[in-house]
Order: sequence, then C-alpha cells, then structure tokens
Amino acid sequence: VKFGVIRFPGSCDDVDAQRAASRVGEAVLLWHADRGLQDVDAVVVPGGFSYGDYLRVGAIARFAPVMEDGIAFAREGGPVLGICNGFQVLCEAGLLPGALLPNTSLRFLCKQVGLTVASAETAWTRACSLDEPLSIPVKHTTGRYYAPEPVLDELEASGRVVFRYAPGENPNGSLRDIAGVANPAGNVVGLMPHPEHAVDPLTGSEDGLKLFESVVPALA
Amino acid sequence: MRARVLIRPKAGILDPQGIAVERALPALGFAGVSNVHVGRLVELDVEDGAQLDDMCRRLLANPLIEDYEIVGRPEAERWSQDAGPDAPRSSLT
Repeated sequence: VKFGVIRFPGSCDDVDAQRAASRVGEAVLLWHADRGLQDVDAVVVPGGFSYGDYLRVGAIARFAPVMEDGIAFAREGGPVLGICNGFQVLCEAGLLPGALLPNTSLRFLCKQVGLTVASAETAWTRACSLDEPLSIPVKHTTGRYYAPEPVLDELEASGRVVFRYAPGENPNGSLRDIAGVANPAGNVVGLMPHPEHAVDPLTGSEDGLKLFESVVPALA
Repeated sequence: MRARVLIRPKAGILDPQGIAVERALPALGFAGVSNVHVGRLVELDVEDGAQLDDMCRRLLANPLIEDYEIVGRPEAERWSQDAGPDAPRSSLT
C-alpha cells in the first residue's frame, strides 16, 4: 500500500505521518502546489497550521491544487484520513460534517487521552474492534467538535461517529465526546487526536498504527 | 464598493472568547458588563458588490458556526494598514 501525505505550508506533522505510514507500507509526501497524487492508495491530510490557519483553521487549504485531486480521490471512494488540522481541512472542504471550534478552556492542549472506537467499519478502523480502547495524544487549541443537534443524531444513528473520548476524558468540550467522524461511505475519516504520534512504545503507545494498518488489506 | 463584513459566532454556540473577556473586565474594575461576544472583521474593496454574499457563504464565514453581516463603508475611509490598490501584495503560494 502506498500512502501520500499532503504537505501544506504550515504543516508540521507531515513527517511523523509519513514515518507512521511507512511502518505499514510505502509513504510519499505530496506538495500542496503540485497536481496529481502519484498513484497513492490512501491520502493523509496531516496536522499543523496550513496556510497559517488564516481566516479560520483549515479554511484556505482546501483551495490548494493538490486538494482538488485529493477531494476527487475522496469522492471516488479513496481512503482519506484527516488528522487534527487535516480534520479541520476536511470539514471546511465539505467532505466531513461539522466544524471544529476553540477548546472550551481556550487553552492549547497537549496530552495523552483515552479514546474508544465507536465504529470499526470505516476504511481507517477495520483493524480495530468496536469499543476498543486506544491511547493516543491530542495537541490542539481548536478541537471542540461541533455540529447541529440533528446532524449529531444522524451521525450516531448511521454509525458515522468513529472515535469518542473515553468517559471523563473529553479534553476540549466536543459535543457528545466526539473525537472523530466519517463520511457516509466510511472512506473519509477525520479525528483530532494524533495516531501518527502513537506508533512506538518509546512514546507511550503504538495504538495509532491500527489506523494505518486498517487500509492495508492483509493487516485489516 | 468598499465593504465591511462583520462575522460573529452563531447565537447559541458557546463563545469561550466572549466569556473570557467578560470575566476579565471586572478584574479591571468594570462592572455591569454582560453578553460579550468576540467576532472577526473583514474589510475589502470589490468591483461587484453583488458577489459579497456568495463570498461570505463560501469563504469569509463558515455559515455552520458563524453569522455574517455585510455593511458598506465610506469610499474615503482608509484602513490603517491599507497601502492602496497599487501596492504589491505577495502571493500565498
């Protein structure tokens, strides 16, 4: 499996994402101003501060040339994972429902959190089991998941809530403890926690590898 | 036209910035302050003002979480950092 990790000006977790993906397959970087996805099998939109997060977090990155191909790839069913700023970008691009608001505390958070897998049916969670606990770090200022109540009801009813913060561990005020969601087809997933920072016991957890393994048929 | 767009958190959405400011004012001795909200201001010159609403919905605001209001401003008014229409603007890309 060949992963492509998009690099915007202001991305800062692109190299970690590439390194994490290369544990389970080949991984290349895709420059924001280039066209074409180099025949990758899966796309990761990494964390950071794309285009300085000017205007709103994630608002400008969706206009990058590479994102035109990324959005088309997602609409054709290709696996796309948005992590942190990447999640914000996918919401702004309309590939995922909702938006990310400033943390209730208004503080930058950097901590290990417990997550629960709420759907093991998506392209990025097939290697997980339902209700499986994962330990993965968060680091963000704008991570409070928000969508109108009817949208939240629909997401829950259709199994599109993919990750929840473990009971009592919601760090940012996200509605219904939602840490990650999927599109209707389950090929596009976004989450605020950083699986790419949890791929080695040296840093406390390798639970994040499961997301990358999920898109490798032999490992899922 | 010279336009000004006021962007606010939608009513009913928690506005932690507004709350933080509201709590800070009494610390300076200002009493009786309530309903503080913090938004964003965009000023721009546009040839076709009819496009402004579309610009707001598709980029300047996120209608899911923000309300926007388009107001005109006097032709003569200058934004303090406005170097004029002929000043070079560096490209984002």
